[in-house]
Amino acid sequence: MVPITTLHYLVVAAALFVLGTIGVLTRRNVVIILMSIELILNAVNLNLVAFSRLYGLHGQVFAVFVITDAAAEAAVGLGILIAFFRNKETVNMDEVDLLKW
Amino acid sequence: MLDYVTGYLNSNVTPGQAGNWVWALIYILLIFLGISLAVMGMVWLERKILAHMQIRLGPMRVGPHGLLQPIADSLKLLLKEDIIPESADKIVFWLAPLMVVIAAFTVFIVIPFGPTHAVTDMNIGILFMLGVSSLGVLGIIMAGWASNSHYPLMGSLRSSAQMVSYEIAMGLAVVSAVLMTSFNAGGSGTLSMIGIVQAQAAQHTWFAFKFFPLGLVALFVFAVAMVAETNRAPFDLPEAESELVAGFHTEYSGFRWSLFFLAEYTAMLAVSSIAVTLWLGGWLRPFPSWHGPAITIPNFWEHAAPLGAVDFAFSLVPAVCLFVLAAFAFVGTLRMPKHPLMKIQKGGLGALALVLAGIGLVLLIPPVRDRIQDIFWFVAKVAVFMYLYIWYRGTFPRYRFDQLMKLGWKVMLPMGLGVLIATAVVGVLV
Amino acid sequence: MNPVATPFFFYLLSAMALISGVLVITRKNPVHSAIALIFTLLSLAGLYLMLYAPFVAGVQIILYAGGIMVLFLFVIMLVSVSRVERESQFNKQWLVGIAATAALGVLFILVYAKGKSVFPERTVQLPEQLNTQQVAVWLYGTYMLPFEVASLLLLVAIVGAVVMAKKRI
Repeated sequence: MVPITTLHYLVVAAALFVLGTIGVLTRRNVVIILMSIELILNAVNLNLVAFSRLYGLHGQVFAVFVITDAAAEAAVGLGILIAFFRNKETVNMDEVDLLKW
Repeated sequence: MLDYVTGYLNSNVTPGQAGNWVWALIYILLIFLGISLAVMGMVWLERKILAHMQIRLGPMRVGPHGLLQPIADSLKLLLKEDIIPESADKIVFWLAPLMVVIAAFTVFIVIPFGPTHAVTDMNIGILFMLGVSSLGVLGIIMAGWASNSHYPLMGSLRSSAQMVSYEIAMGLAVVSAVLMTSFNAGGSGTLSMIGIVQAQAAQHTWFAFKFFPLGLVALFVFAVAMVAETNRAPFDLPEAESELVAGFHTEYSGFRWSLFFLAEYTAMLAVSSIAVTLWLGGWLRPFPSWHGPAITIPNFWEHAAPLGAVDFAFSLVPAVCLFVLAAFAFVGTLRMPKHPLMKIQKGGLGALALVLAGIGLVLLIPPVRDRIQDIFWFVAKVAVFMYLYIWYRGTFPRYRFDQLMKLGWKVMLPMGLGVLIATAVVGVLV
Repeated sequence: MNPVATPFFFYLLSAMALISGVLVITRKNPVHSAIALIFTLLSLAGLYLMLYAPFVAGVQIILYAGGIMVLFLFVIMLVSVSRVERESQFNKQWLVGIAATAALGVLFILVYAKGKSVFPERTVQLPEQLNTQQVAVWLYGTYMLPFEVASLLLLVAIVGAVVMAKKRI
């Protein structure tokens, strides 16, 4: 068996990033778009932690900050979604097409 | 083979750290066995103790004094029909009890029953336990949503909101206990469970009594938060029968419901074990560093070994406990009605008394007596917490949901923050 | 981690992460997507453990799987509309989206092929035992300012989310 190198982890992170981007660009449901954004952030985290094994703990500290950031962004994004849903009763991204409803 | 066993028993690391997966598996099986016995005991104890608190007798029919009631309950639940509502989401309905049970059982990987008696001792032990017990909330939300009916949905939303609120107070109390480990003579603090108990041994005091009354306030915050976390009285509005039928597990029947039941009792055991490890000195006996004058006790297997008098006195406690239980069973046998139809029950209870006395005698043998100390004290302290759970259920009225949330956010959270800051300040100054 | 078992667990955990990732973006029901995302997060926590980062793994389980996903599930239950599940789930420009993502994938492959020589593979330098203590030294020492800014960010996010989701301010 090939020993597992950092490149293996980077490939997994890149694949997750690509999956997250497909989710953001092709889905209609706003909640699933937000979840794909979380996938992208997790791919970035995996990249950071994989490199931190080679270069010291800075990557892990940055990963902790990214997780904190993702929590704040998810909360705000879902707050916006709830505020929008109260007005227009839909969760389709295609129907968010008026500047003022 | 025998020296493989004794070679392992004399090691000073947990199986996980030694990379020894055979012994890790054996420990996991032992933990499963222990949890099953504990849950069956809890089922019987809860009904009997609640009944005696309410001046009635509880189950008396199934075995002598209802001792075989858990077996009857398990048989009933296994044989009941498994009903799935028509419009329920089948995958999520199936997955929800699984997640709750997995979250409750995985916590037991890091719980130390002795200095080397844990499945593994992770560096982030307490962080891992907090994280895994917060995975149970997900199972409850999934259960309520998958049932596709409004009582479960309301129950699961309320239950998960309550659990998430009290997790914060729990986390703050835990952090203040971890902070106390860093006031060691020379070392730094640690998040590992075995390290926390060893810090208590090194500082010669259980953390509940450290910086009096800060340790007690932290234990109080954790005790209230853990009762709310496991949805038990007085915080059991989401699953009380007069309020929401049965909350999030309304639509579950038979074996699936028993999985929720099992997960609830296992979660109770898990958070009690965390409380015991963090504040009540884990496997340490009371007054852990009071050894008393050295006395020499002749052993059968070795020469006379010098031992502290207090050590020796405390080491007899497990055997004495079992003798007391055997005496209870024996007195119960004598008081049974003298009717020919009660002969089997009388014989059964008498046999139980003899078995308990036999185990007590075994625990007097010096090698067994020395090895059983850690596990006995840990189990005894967890048993005290279990009794407290049952006592709360029989004593306190239920909190209304808004009172519950108000308590969690406006009372427990500031108290937790206060005790954390006070511990830090006092620890630096003293 | 025991070197003998590392390839097995790596392939198992990455397969779980990638398959759950595919399920996240293809399920019609948002609750199924959320559950798949939980599995992704848990397998990523396992991968962090294999990378000698137990603290990040613990934080991932507590915050992401135990906090953010609870938030997502709550919101899904609040906004779930039954007519959503009968409509199509991919939007009108899905072909352009996939083409753009394919270009991104090609870019990644190019970067990895060219960059392999720039980042040499060194030996592992991180012990596992004192990881939390070392992360704490960095976090409260050199990176104290980002730490405080992150706490301010969380405060702003909490206030903002509460204000936006209230019915009447």
